[in-house]
Order: sequence, then C-alpha cells, then structure tokens
Amino acid sequence: MSSILIAVIVLAALALLFGALLGFAAVRFKVDGNPIVDQINDLLPQTQCGQCGYPGCKPYAEAIADGDKINKCPPGGESTIDALADLLGVEPEPLDAEHGAEKAVPTVAYIREDECIGCTKCIQACPVDAILGAAKQMHTVITDECTGCDLCVEPCPVDCIDMIPVATDRSNWYWEAPTAGVELIATDRRPATAGGHA
Amino acid sequence: MTHLIQLHEFDGGIHPPENKHQSTGRAIRTAPLPDELVLPLHQHIGAPSRPVVSAGDSVLKGQVIAEPHGFVSAPLHAPTSGVVAAIEDRQVPHASGMSELCIVITPDGKDEWQPHQSLCAELGVDDCDDISAADLVRRIRECGIAGMGGAGFPTSVKLSVGDNRIDTLILNGAECEPYITADDMLMRERARDIVRGAQILLQITAAERCLIGVEDNKPEAIAALEDALLALHEEHHIDVVTIPTKYPSGGEKQLIQILTGREVPSGGIPAHIGIVCQNVGTAAAIADAVDIGRPLISRITTVTGDAVSDKGNWDVLLGTPVSHLLAVSGYQPQKRERVIMGGPMMGFALPTTALPVVKTTNCLLAPTEKELPTNKPSMACIRCGLCAQACPAELLPQQLYWFSKAEEFDKAEQHNIFDCIECGACSYVCPSEIPLVQYYRFAKGAIREEQAAQEKAEQARERFEARIARQEREQAEKEAKRKARAAAAEAAQKAKKAAPAAATDAPAKTAATSSPELEKLQKQLDGAQAALTKTKEKLEAAKADPAMAEKVPVFEAALTKTQDKIKTLAKDIAAAKKAAKAAPAAADDKGDPNSPERLKKKWEMAQGRLDTAIKRLEQAEAEGSDKVEALRDGLEKQKVRVEEARQAWEAATIGQPAANAAAQGTPEPANDDLKRKILAQKDRVDKARERLSMAQAEGLDTVEALTTALSKQQDKLKQLEQQADAAGEV
Repeated sequence: MSSILIAVIVLAALALLFGALLGFAAVRFKVDGNPIVDQINDLLPQTQCGQCGYPGCKPYAEAIADGDKINKCPPGGESTIDALADLLGVEPEPLDAEHGAEKAVPTVAYIREDECIGCTKCIQACPVDAILGAAKQMHTVITDECTGCDLCVEPCPVDCIDMIPVATDRSNWYWEAPTAGVELIATDRRPATAGGHA
Repeated sequence: MTHLIQLHEFDGGIHPPENKHQSTGRAIRTAPLPDELVLPLHQHIGAPSRPVVSAGDSVLKGQVIAEPHGFVSAPLHAPTSGVVAAIEDRQVPHASGMSELCIVITPDGKDEWQPHQSLCAELGVDDCDDISAADLVRRIRECGIAGMGGAGFPTSVKLSVGDNRIDTLILNGAECEPYITADDMLMRERARDIVRGAQILLQITAAERCLIGVEDNKPEAIAALEDALLALHEEHHIDVVTIPTKYPSGGEKQLIQILTGREVPSGGIPAHIGIVCQNVGTAAAIADAVDIGRPLISRITTVTGDAVSDKGNWDVLLGTPVSHLLAVSGYQPQKRERVIMGGPMMGFALPTTALPVVKTTNCLLAPTEKELPTNKPSMACIRCGLCAQACPAELLPQQLYWFSKAEEFDKAEQHNIFDCIECGACSYVCPSEIPLVQYYRFAKGAIREEQAAQEKAEQARERFEARIARQEREQAEKEAKRKARAAAAEAAQKAKKAAPAAATDAPAKTAATSSPELEKLQKQLDGAQAALTKTKEKLEAAKADPAMAEKVPVFEAALTKTQDKIKTLAKDIAAAKKAAKAAPAAADDKGDPNSPERLKKKWEMAQGRLDTAIKRLEQAEAEGSDKVEALRDGLEKQKVRVEEARQAWEAATIGQPAANAAAQGTPEPANDDLKRKILAQKDRVDKARERLSMAQAEGLDTVEALTTALSKQQDKLKQLEQQADAAGEV
C-alpha cells in the first residue's frame, strides 16, 4: 500500500516539477511575434510596391503566414514564389496576373527635373523615402535607394517621372553563361537565360 | 647571398606549349608615339579616378590628369606632353566591351616632362633608408602604380597591410602563361630596378626576406637578377628562387605555396599569413617612382602570335591604341580577326583593335587560326575527372560546372566557387572542350548580383520600417498637440468663469502674490512637460524593443498621469494669469482709460509698430521680395493708426487744460472744438505732404493730384486758423 502511495507522490511531485519548469520556460523563452513572418519577409524583394494588395512586404508576409497565396508578388517573380514554396512546403503556383507582370529588367525612377513643379506628391508616395525635395522645390530620386516600385509615377500631376532600366556598367556587368555549343544554328538558339547581360 | 630555399608544390597544374621564344629574340623597343592617346579612367581595380583637366588643356609628361576617388583607386598621369583633345566615353579594353570615360590626349611630339624628383630630394633627407614607410606608400599612390601582373590592384592599397606582420616579401617573376615574355624581358634588361624595387618594398613592409620567384624556363632572367644582386655590394636578404615550370605557378596563391608552403586561407589575402606578393614589373615601377619620381605612364607589352611578323616586347605609353602597336609589329589581319589581350589562358578577345593599352596590358596575342584554333562546339561532360586533377585551387570543377549550368548558385558557393582563380587549366584539359571558366565567371557574377540585390532589399526594408515609424511618431505628436490644445482651451474656459470671483475676492492681494505664484506654476509645468517628453521617448524605445514590451503599459500609465498633471497645471496657470490681469485692471479702474498718459503710451506703441513696419518694408525692398506691396499697404494703415493715436493724445492734453479751465469756471467749448479741428487739419496737411514727397521720390504720376490736394488742405487749415483767431478775439 505504502509503495503505491510513494509512487503516486513521486509522480505527482515530478509532474509539478516539470510543469513548473515548462511554465517557466514558456515565460522565459517566449518568442515574440511569428518567426515564420520574418522568414517569409526575408524572401520577399522589399520593393514595398504594394502590388500584392498589402501596404508593403511585411504585411504581405504576415498575410502569407495567415494562409494567403504566395503568387502575388510580381517584383519577386518566379524565383520568389519558388523560394516561398520551398519554405512553406507548398506547391509553387504561377504568378497571379491580376497583380501585374514580372519586370524583364530592374528599373529605377527618374524625375525629369525641369518639368517637376515641386508638388511633393511623389515624396509622399515613396515607401522607402528615396525622393528628395521640398514644396515648390525640384525633386530628385536617390537612385541607390530606389526599389523601382512605380508608386511615384501615378501621383505625379505633370507626368515627369520615368521608370528607366538600371544601367549596366563595369560594377554590375558579368559574363554571360556560355551557350551550349550544339546550338550554333541561329534558329536553334533559345532565348538567353535569366541574368545574362550583353 | 643565396640561401637554400625548400620548394613546395601545389596540386594540379598543366604544361601547355610555352611559345615564349618567339618574342624574346629582340631587346625591348620603345614604341613610336601614336597620333592619339586614349586613357581610360578605370585601369585599376576599385573606383574610377576623376579627371582634373578639361578638354583643351595643355599637359606635360607625367602631369596628373585624374585623381583617385576613394581609398581603393589610383591617379592617372599624362604619358606624354600634348593637349587634352576630349574627355569622353570610349570603348575600353574590358571583357564587357563597354564604353567608359576616357581622357584623350593629342601628343605635341615634344615629350616635355614636368619637373620631377626623387623622394629623397623632395623630403630633403640624405639617406634614402631614412624615409618612412608612410612616405614611400604615399609616393607609390601618387605615381598611380597598380599591379602590373594583370589584375591591376592599386599597389599602395596592397601595401597597407594594417596590423598584419609581414615576414616575407615575394616578387612574382614566374610569368607562367604561354606567349607572354614582358616580365622575362624586364628582368633581363632592368634587373637592377627590380632589385631596387625589392629593397624599397622591404623597407615598407619591414619583411625579413625577399624571394624573387622565377620559372626555370627563363635562365637569362635568373642570371641577370643574380648579377644585379651581386652588384649590390651590401648585405641583403633578397634571393632569386628558381621554380619548376608549371602553369599556373605565377598565380599569387600558387607562388606563395611553392615558395613558402603556406596556403592563403579561403577568402583571405596573403597579408593574413604574413606575406606580400608583388609583380616584378610593379617593383621596377616602384623603383622609378621613388628614385626618379616617374609615375606609371608606360609599360612593357609583348606583341606576339603568328599574325604579326615582328614579334617582341615594346616599351609602350599607356593609352597607345592596340592597332598602332600591331601596325609597327607588322600585323597581317586574318580572315577572322582575333586579337587577345593577355595570354591564351586568361586573356580575352578584343572586340576591336582601336582600344588602348592600359596599366594591365602585359600581352597582345594575334594568333592565326592554325596556331590557336577557335573553340569548337562543346560536348557533353563525360565525368572523366581530368579537370579536378588539373585544378590548382583543389576545387571540383566538374561539380561547379553542373551547379553553374543549372544555376544552383548556393551549391556552387558551398563548393567554394569564389576560390577559383579562373586560370583556365580545367578548360584546357577538358576533352569535351567545355568552356568551364566561362561558366564559373557567369556563376560568380550572378552570385555577386544576387548578394547585391539582397543587400539592397535589406536596405529598402530598413528604410521602409524607418518611414513607418516616423509616420506613426508624427501622428502621435499631432494627436498629443491636439489634446494639449483642447485641454488649454478647456482650462481657459474654466478660468474665465473663475476669474470674476477671484477678482472681486481679493484683487489687491492677488496682484501682490500672483507673479511669484505664476512663476512657481510655470516651473512645475515646464518640469511636467520635460517628464512627458522623456516618458514618450522611453515608450517609443520600449515599443521598438521587444524585450521591453512588458514595460509598455507602465510607461503608458505614466504618460497619461503626466498629461493629466500638465492639464491641471495649465488650468491653474490660466486662472492665475487671469487673476493677475484682472488685478491691475481693477487697480487702474480708478483712473480714466482715456487719460493722456495712456493715450500717449498707445501712440508710442503705434509709432514703434510703424517703425518696425518701415524697417520691414525697406528690407523687403532690398531683397526684392514680392511682399513689398503688402507691406506698403500695411505701412499706410499703420500710419493712419499712429495719427489717430496722436490726435487722441493731443486732444486729451488740450482737452485737459480746457477741462481744468472749465472747472475753474471759464468754459470755451466752441474754441476747444475749433482747436481740435485745427490740429486734425494740421495732421491732414502733414499726411498730404508726406504722400506728396513719397510720390515725388518714386516719380509717380500722382504727383500733380497730390500737390493740388495738399494746397486744398492747406487752405482749409488757414480758414480754420482764421476762425480760431476770430473766436479768440471774441
């Protein structure tokens, strides 16, 4: 009889001990926020363009974590969809055309400065504060910071903003992938693979 | 002094046909001056230099024409005297075939040097051994020296080794790539300069020894260097080391391994293992720079290949067009023109021969089709593994090939693709003739691009988050301001109600005590406001930092508490102010609000405002501001007010004696009235006069009208005066 009692007491004590331990760990090592959101956010291109329908990449990452589709990011394109599918263990889907098409080449905004009237509308639209200027002063784009999201083009009342392709210079040029030698006949050649530059 | 050096071996390597004898038959010749020199601003690794001359400027030989931009950069000098014809985009000798900014110089044929002197003379020291390393490195930087072996890394940057202690200096005279003999000929003919360069480099790096590594297929060069060392006649620690001929023993990491047995760690630089490695050509250029003050304006270039009849080495000015050099070497254009800059292993085919020779051009190879057949179509990889045996960097070229081809860049990176030195040994041995190196170059570029994109995305994310935070902060500030305003208004409302009671209660007492009380309250309010901002900051920080999240409610509670306190304080202050205001008013009530003193004050105040208005107007006129009109209007109005105030005062002062007189029992109401009228009229006359003078000064066309107005006013005044006189007589 006493052995049963001892067993019960010991088990109860152990249960209390581990319960306390787990409770302490749950408080002490509590993870704030959803870690998967950060992982998803790291895969998104951070253009903050809002083409997915959310006001920025982080909100879209949160939406994906809550079960939204992963094919709503045109700037990221196929590679981002593949990476997200990989991370979340879901099937990659083709890009949802409703949200726009993937750009062939990266672009940056360019303000035709003599046409700018200094309305600051583009400054307010820029999600990464990459436009410099003040009211009634000419504005200009800090190209290094521009993500090419197109958000400044629409609000401009005088249409003085162009999206121009990022120029290739020696700093970002690199060798093209060799074409397989058997495709020497012009009609056999496939279009150049992604990433190659002339 | 020859020490016994234990040689080591690196894995892999190949033995391609050397083809060096063709170009070593003749001594180095000086290339004739071309009609035009084209100097790209980006001849080195790092940031392009910035031009300091403009088109049309005359330049002397050795004059700086472009200055370095940033630390990893190098200046550029005029290779000969002449005129800057243009600074424009020209195609540059780069694998991309791109156009970049170049300075174009038309030589005047005089080849006139700008004054230059040795570093000893410049610093005024007797013994050149006394010069500090910093001075030497500065001179090397000023002379625009960049690695002449082919990479073009700025030498001064390479010599800035930081905290790494250097024990061995290595001069690279291996020149392992087929066809190239520029270093060989340099060592044969200018061994003394190379040894002198070695001494300077030893002085800079404070290394214990210097090893000059030369492949055993250059016996003449080795003999020349040995002679130069013998001729030193002093103790030295420089050794010429003969190493076996094998490609790519001239690779920096490979040569270090052969000579010292040490391996440069992956992603590291030789300085990390106590070694500095320089090309022999760089050493000779350093000797020239320090001892003569001659900047890097020319280099030795091999012109070889069966398509040129007169093969050999040329001392050629930087910027000389390749076509010019080929022309003087007897070049016969082939059916498929192909000129390679660099050697057959690592060089690249030039898109056109109009490109200039730059600091890194060690060889121009113009082969015939028979001599160096163009690449045949590549075949499938048969997994023979020859490439892995040939790789001097101990990589797995086959795996890298698959990963690069399939664009599995992360795997390529895991297989250390960035340790590939692009020597081309794998492509050379490949039986399927796969252009392996091109795959690796593509993969490296794509990975770098990806990394850059990643970095940019990270930056964009930070900026986006900063923007959101800023917007939230602004919103909160606005809200707080709005609340504060509402609270103040409420307080004022309450104070209004409370004030009459307080004033009737004890006006004198309040007047006496109000100001110290007010000050006290004000102080309290200031303190509370400071506390509020502090709490707000803390709250922001707590919100931003997840670790402090639990403290957010505490801070928020504190915030509301402080805000409440401020509100009550604001109320108190408003009440106190009201009371204080009410008190003097009550005290003054006895006096007449229209007493002459008060009126005078009013007038003076108005006059003060007028003065400031005039000043402002002057300022605005001086600045040509568009506010001038508005200010002028304001000024006119202010003048009117001043006049009114003055009249009121004058009337009061006159009225007072009159009143006194009335009190004494001699009332003269009519007279009094007249006097007032006269005064007013006088004012009007004055005003009219003022306006007239202003109009005259500005040359307005209203002058005539104003003149008549003035005379009319003057007439009226006379009439009034006459009336007054008449009344006085009565």
